[in-house]
Amino acid sequence: MNSHSDKRVRTIDRVNASLAERYARERRFRTAGLAAVSLGLLFVSFLFISIVGNGYTAFHQTKIALEVFFDPQQLDPDGRHDYDALTRADYGGLVKASMRNSFPAVKTRQEKRALYAMVSSGAAFELQHMVLADPSLIGTTQAVWLTADDDIDMLVKGHIDRSVPESERRVDDRTLAWVERLEQEGALKRRFNTAFFTNGDSREPELAGIAGAVMGSCYVLLVTLLLAFPIAVATAVYLEEFAPRNRWTDLIEVNINNLAAVPSIVFGLLGLAVFINFFGLPRSAALVGGLVLTLMTLPTIIIASRAALKSVPPSIREAALGVGASQQQTIFHHVLPLALPGMLTGTIIGMAQALGETAPLLMIGMVAFIVDIPGGALDPATVLPVQIFLWADSPERAFVERTSGAIMVLLFFLVTMNALAVVLRKRFERRW
Amino acid sequence: MYAVILVLILLALMAVAYQLGRRRSQSMAGRAGGIRKLHSLPGYYGFYAAIWCGLPALLVLLVWLAFQSIIVTKMVVADLPLATRSLSEAELGLVINDIRNLAEGNIVSRDVSPEMQAAADHYTNLNRIGSAALVVVAISMALLGIALGWRFISPAMRARNQVEAVVKALLVLSSTIAIFTTIGILLSVLFESIRFFRMIPLSEFLFGLQWSPQMAIRVDQVGSSGVFGALPLFLGTVLISLIAMLVAVPIGLMSAIYLSEYAGRRLRAVAKPLLEILAGIPTVVYGFFAALTVAPVIRDSGSLIGLDVSSESALAAGVVMGIMIIPFISSLSDDVINAVPQALRDASFGVGATHSETIRQVIIPAALPGIVGGVLLAVSRAIGETMIVVMAAGLSANLTVNPLESVTTVTVQIVTLLVGDQEFDSPKTLAAFALGLMLFGVTLILNIVALQVVRKYREQYE
Repeated sequence: MNSHSDKRVRTIDRVNASLAERYARERRFRTAGLAAVSLGLLFVSFLFISIVGNGYTAFHQTKIALEVFFDPQQLDPDGRHDYDALTRADYGGLVKASMRNSFPAVKTRQEKRALYAMVSSGAAFELQHMVLADPSLIGTTQAVWLTADDDIDMLVKGHIDRSVPESERRVDDRTLAWVERLEQEGALKRRFNTAFFTNGDSREPELAGIAGAVMGSCYVLLVTLLLAFPIAVATAVYLEEFAPRNRWTDLIEVNINNLAAVPSIVFGLLGLAVFINFFGLPRSAALVGGLVLTLMTLPTIIIASRAALKSVPPSIREAALGVGASQQQTIFHHVLPLALPGMLTGTIIGMAQALGETAPLLMIGMVAFIVDIPGGALDPATVLPVQIFLWADSPERAFVERTSGAIMVLLFFLVTMNALAVVLRKRFERRW
Repeated sequence: MYAVILVLILLALMAVAYQLGRRRSQSMAGRAGGIRKLHSLPGYYGFYAAIWCGLPALLVLLVWLAFQSIIVTKMVVADLPLATRSLSEAELGLVINDIRNLAEGNIVSRDVSPEMQAAADHYTNLNRIGSAALVVVAISMALLGIALGWRFISPAMRARNQVEAVVKALLVLSSTIAIFTTIGILLSVLFESIRFFRMIPLSEFLFGLQWSPQMAIRVDQVGSSGVFGALPLFLGTVLISLIAMLVAVPIGLMSAIYLSEYAGRRLRAVAKPLLEILAGIPTVVYGFFAALTVAPVIRDSGSLIGLDVSSESALAAGVVMGIMIIPFISSLSDDVINAVPQALRDASFGVGATHSETIRQVIIPAALPGIVGGVLLAVSRAIGETMIVVMAAGLSANLTVNPLESVTTVTVQIVTLLVGDQEFDSPKTLAAFALGLMLFGVTLILNIVALQVVRKYREQYE
């Protein structure tokens, strides 16, 4: 050792002296990393708990049991079971009459109006459907479960607090007393909410359903799939297998990469200016939505398809070319089938993106209030995410629950599609 | 609807043409001395005939459908009385709309005059003639194509080469769609923006401090001034994006570091896909989450400590946008961190650095260009994000940097200006396109810079 060592501070001592502080810093850094991961996971669970907690009740709907007398005087005075007459008959009157029978104490006009408001305005149509399906009901008395109004529904589900003073509650004390009587009699039940899955949009929360939006989404996705998949595959094949390396193909590649990062709302502006204003296609139509989403999802599918083509080993191509196949025969008979699972995976992921997209569709008018379930790609339609956006804007408490319910359906579709992509990749993934 | 049926008929004709071409090549080969005398496989002669049959007819169909309504409208307008034709562009548009509605049996906004009824009949007639002519033209072109293909087929004809040339042309055509999309975006926002800047000077738009796009319908109307100073929007966008980045960058980067450097295989296998779920959730869901859950929480906790928080605060929208961007940052950073070679880590451990010192002083500097590129891409995403801010941020254009107040953004204004009634002669509607141009330009520059940063500073570790 050298002779100065006892006078100077040795490096090893300085290192040792700093060790405690350095280890503490190491622990702090590591904890920060763990905290970041946990925070991220916390956000995920918070999001899901909030959506599911708000939404699971949307799949149930409160029904009121009523003894309905299908009065022949009112429905079918001439007794001929004429379809038109039966369609036009006053079913609302039947509902009101049976409500009056259930609550004979109600006398004044004002009270009666409050009583009738407990049943949804859609209840008359439920009776109409029953009679049209089976005209022999006329003249009989049936116990029928009718849809309750959204306020009653919220009360039964506990979203309206019964203990707060009447002035702060949406349901007054009188109606609350009726509801409690019905509950004791067992005439108020929560049933599975089929209307949510079979109805179109409605201003009445208890009648609003997602069927129209789901059909709209189907048409939009169909158009997108039919256009985006062939175009993307053709582009990928050209760029990967045929294109010479020059400025033109560089330009195409730069364009594709940039389009992948352009904000979606800009595609909406394009759709509005080109498809609707220039080509005169109808507003709100699923066709225009599909065209816009095609342009949006093309980059995603092209990039995935090119990766799939790249992963096919050159030996396949060389073998085919070696036995005399032309370049196109090589690609279409041998390379493309091997790359297809990867391309399909990319396509499904692109479709999932398109399914969740909202902003560009607002621009092209798919945000209208549409009650009818669309029957074609040119009918006015809306899609599931836009329906969520519309319901989220509605003030009624019952729409909060419907919105969350619709989100759960949307997430279910997305999860299914992504799971399908994962399965496809696992199943057909090949290591060369 | 007739177009779909027409396409189906054409497809059926193409199938017929394929069979005919194939048979003809085989029979000709038979006469010439066996199948070996054919230049190409019989199937190629079939495709050759099918292409002759289908391609010209489908092209005509496409062009016809795209331009029929434009041409018919022009013809109807040309036959309108002079007084109507000399109306301003906007009023003429209304008249045309009414004629269209009348022709389709919809509700019309005014009393139907005899001229209008005549014009509507004319419109219906022209459309009917157009559709009928299209059917005739398309089907006769297809039949003519079959005949031509039939005549051209001979054993020496190079059918495969011709079919392959057509296929290649189709491939090239598909690949140019990306370029046409970009051109389409540019033209569509540029044209309307130029019209906007003719009415409102560029300097006022870029540097004006007040944004109030409602145009006065009556002269004496209060509060509808139609002022288009977009600076508050730009500031609001920057504020919300900044909040989002303050949430997303630390959490995303630290979780990427933790998961790739510290976490065991099992934690990584569980936590990584769970975090990536956040990337797959539609933005409208985040918007609902922000408006329904996060904003009230922030407002309530603000009032607990005596702060007055707006119910549409920039903070709520920014935080939720940050949550959305976390997986974007973390997966990009994860990629670049994993790309740093093990040798650098080993060398750092070898001279006695702790794990965190290695990460901070060796790995992060080596991965920095990639991380910066990823953050820039994330910024461009935050600027262009629409649904979260539409649902959770405000509409009033406040010039403020206080995150507890309500601000509005460029995308929110585009949506509010374009949803509902649109008049393409009012600066109110055109302003949306000017904002769209700004948005497209800024995100384009950010994307190009991000890609350049990554490319230029990427260190080669091979």
